[in-house]
Amino acid sequence: MDESRDQVRSDWPLYEVFLRGKRGLNHVHVGSLHAADAQMALRHARDLYTRRNEGVSIWVVAARDITASSPDEKDPFFAPSGDKVYRHPTFYEIPEDVPHM
Amino acid sequence: MTDDDDFAAYQSLAEETEDHRWAFGTGFSDPLEGIDTSVPAGVDGAALAAYCLALGDDALIYSHRLQQWVTRMPELEEETALANIALDLLGQARLLLSRAGQAEGAGRDEDRLAFFRTEGDFRNVRLVEPADADFAELAGRLLIFSAWRLALFGELTGSADPVVAAIAGKGVKELAYHRDYAAQWVIRLGDGTALSHARMQAALAAIWPLVDELFRSDAVAARLPGVAADPAGLRAEVDGVLDAVLGAAGLDRPTGAPLAPVAGQAGREGVHTEALGYVLAELQSVARAYPDATW
Repeated sequence: MDESRDQVRSDWPLYEVFLRGKRGLNHVHVGSLHAADAQMALRHARDLYTRRNEGVSIWVVAARDITASSPDEKDPFFAPSGDKVYRHPTFYEIPEDVPHM
Repeated sequence: MTDDDDFAAYQSLAEETEDHRWAFGTGFSDPLEGIDTSVPAGVDGAALAAYCLALGDDALIYSHRLQQWVTRMPELEEETALANIALDLLGQARLLLSRAGQAEGAGRDEDRLAFFRTEGDFRNVRLVEPADADFAELAGRLLIFSAWRLALFGELTGSADPVVAAIAGKGVKELAYHRDYAAQWVIRLGDGTALSHARMQAALAAIWPLVDELFRSDAVAARLPGVAADPAGLRAEVDGVLDAVLGAAGLDRPTGAPLAPVAGQAGREGVHTEALGYVLAELQSVARAYPDATW
């Protein structure tokens, strides 16, 4: 046994949980939980977030590994795209014989 | 995040359905759907009732012991995990006691069997009776119980009684998770700190005398060829699982002597430890105080 593991931590780290539903194509953030490591986090996610038959796939990510945009950066990050409606490809006619559009 | 964003996030998890309530899954199924519940020709109905009763009692009593951990677990996440396991076992108990009542044909339903029998009429193994002294005992007992029951249900998926086979088919998926959950904790504690290792080893020593009974030959099972599983035949699989987990955890296999049957009788014959009476007192008190109540 590794003696360094005798250091006791009072709290488990936070993990964020992402689920994919039966018909869903992408994983969706559903919440967070505490676990000692990623394997335990996966099992906790199964026990906390799939009890009502919601999911077919789970991702867990340590919250400390997520780099998030800050509310202070909201304007420089997001405001400049607010008036550029032409970035949507909606300004042309779709020919009738083009499938899957 | 607005409420609308929250709603959309959960809506995308659901199948296409009119029921878009928050985080409600869909596609639930009835494990006994489409199965003929009459007792198959050539099967001893009384023996089938007794067999289902015993397997149902194992799950009922152990589920109650697990429920007693709720509000006492070290972490909220673990508490939910354990409550899920207890609920799985309660579901197995309900199906098996219902089957016992059907096979018996005396008009007793699952509630009658669960709440209005006395101690000597219960047929569960003694392993499920004592309260866990600590979290290590919880993990150890759950590992042993679920490894054994998974091996048993694996056999029963081929049972000649279609209801028993269907109950076992549903149960193996649940029990595989219970075993995995318990094994994770036994390994964490055994391979953890010096203190956790010592307590896990002590917990196994405390439980071990009750393990041998799981593999005792069973007069009821012997009357149900093709329907029931021979308890002795499960030993190799269970030993293999326990040896693998204990090896990974760095724990020694205990060597304590089995708790002897009393005059050749143990849990399957209705001879129990004193702990069962306390479980039943709590489990049955409301139903006995208000016998006509519905809920």
